[in-house]
Amino acid sequence: MAFFEMVRTALRTVMQQPVTILYPAQAAKKTPISRGHVMIDESRCISCGTCQRKCPAQAIIISKEAKTWQIDRLRCVVCNSCVDTCPVKCLFMDTQYTAPVTARSVDLIAITYVKPPKPEKKDEPAQ
Amino acid sequence: MSKQIIVPFGPQHPVLPEPIHLDLVLEDEKVVDVIPSIGYIHRGFEKLVEKREFTEYVYVAERTCGICSFIHGATYCQGIEQIMKIEVPERAQYLRVIWSEFSRLHSHLLWLGLFADSFGFENLFMGAWKTRERVLDFMEETTGGRVIQGTSKIGGVRRDISSERLDRMVKDLDVLDREMKELTTIFLHDDSIRHRLRNVGTISREDAYHLGAVGPTARGSGVAVDLRKTGYGAYDRLNVPVVTDSCGDCLSRCTVRAKELFTSTDLIRQAARKIPDGPVDVKVTGAPDGEYFMRAEQPRGELVHYLKGNGTKFLVRSRIRTPTLTNIPPLIKMLAGCDLADVPVIVLSIDPCISCTER
Repeated sequence: MAFFEMVRTALRTVMQQPVTILYPAQAAKKTPISRGHVMIDESRCISCGTCQRKCPAQAIIISKEAKTWQIDRLRCVVCNSCVDTCPVKCLFMDTQYTAPVTARSVDLIAITYVKPPKPEKKDEPAQ
Repeated sequence: MSKQIIVPFGPQHPVLPEPIHLDLVLEDEKVVDVIPSIGYIHRGFEKLVEKREFTEYVYVAERTCGICSFIHGATYCQGIEQIMKIEVPERAQYLRVIWSEFSRLHSHLLWLGLFADSFGFENLFMGAWKTRERVLDFMEETTGGRVIQGTSKIGGVRRDISSERLDRMVKDLDVLDREMKELTTIFLHDDSIRHRLRNVGTISREDAYHLGAVGPTARGSGVAVDLRKTGYGAYDRLNVPVVTDSCGDCLSRCTVRAKELFTSTDLIRQAARKIPDGPVDVKVTGAPDGEYFMRAEQPRGELVHYLKGNGTKFLVRSRIRTPTLTNIPPLIKMLAGCDLADVPVIVLSIDPCISCTER
């Protein structure tokens, strides 16, 4: 039987600093591997479409013709699948969450990658 | 005999974190019958298995529940590995145990908090969740996610924990143990809490067994069932004590969960001591052809994933039976004959997870 167990705990908590933080005035605790949101380095994306195929939430749409990479942030479940499978490693995970929104929208990013020209073949020596 | 009236309980009720509806048939203040209905948050996960590749469905399986997410993901992976006869590296199996047990700690601490809230002890609720934050911090530091870990994959795990981190984790467990000890002392020995929970929502051992109670609900009535004893994953190499209590009331179920916190930290220590070095995953080729019933112990009880593949990348059938679904018939039995004021406490005492139940 314990009568004053809770009183002891409660008194100690009263004396302590609060364990909560004043978010968002104070930044939330994040670790280097926290999954916040997916980012893209548009200058390196080769539009292969692997991330679109591997996305379990079907949040990513790549258009080869229009050269765009599009993500629906509200569909994305931040599973890291696209980051893991990207063959050129142009996708990476930011540790912070995206800001709250009031309406559905998509992030449309223009891909600026330019395929490097193939090295010119040496012409056959003229006979 | 007095007139019977029906009082609806839920789907929106202060004590319920998730929607379940109970029609309580009352005679004066006594509950004589209960008619449950579910179906408010059905999301069609089992159908989705036909639309996603089996390797990607891990992420979907994991999102079946927001509390025991890691165990859902790991159970699905283990089922597929059994169909495809994949040998998972030892280290991956131990890491699965460590994360599973941390999930259990996180779930039980969350439940203890909610339970305290259900009988009106808000200070204790905050205390339990404060302790739970330590567990979540560990999860985020090692997996990248606080509640959805996302580290399961077919053939192993996606992340490794360094040996220095494991050593630090074992040291942190001592602090966690101390905090939990203080917390559970209040739950188990405080006079007002004992008075509130003793002989409330009693279910006998026979009834619990015959109505198919699982997990702490069954163990609280003295039925010693624990799927970890069957030795799936790395559990066969660890010493798993089964915690039971004999009274079958709300305090018994609370006692079982409170004591299981310490068996979980003990299992994590054992796993950290025995974990071998080596790779954490193997390369998976081909597709599952066949069927398997994978059973695992969740914080709430026995979880079953039935998986059937036909040799393509898409499974043909998945069936998830979660512990809360089987704990609803015992809940009805507990509620019959109780006072209206005890209903919230009794409903919470089975640790209902409705999102799980409806998938």
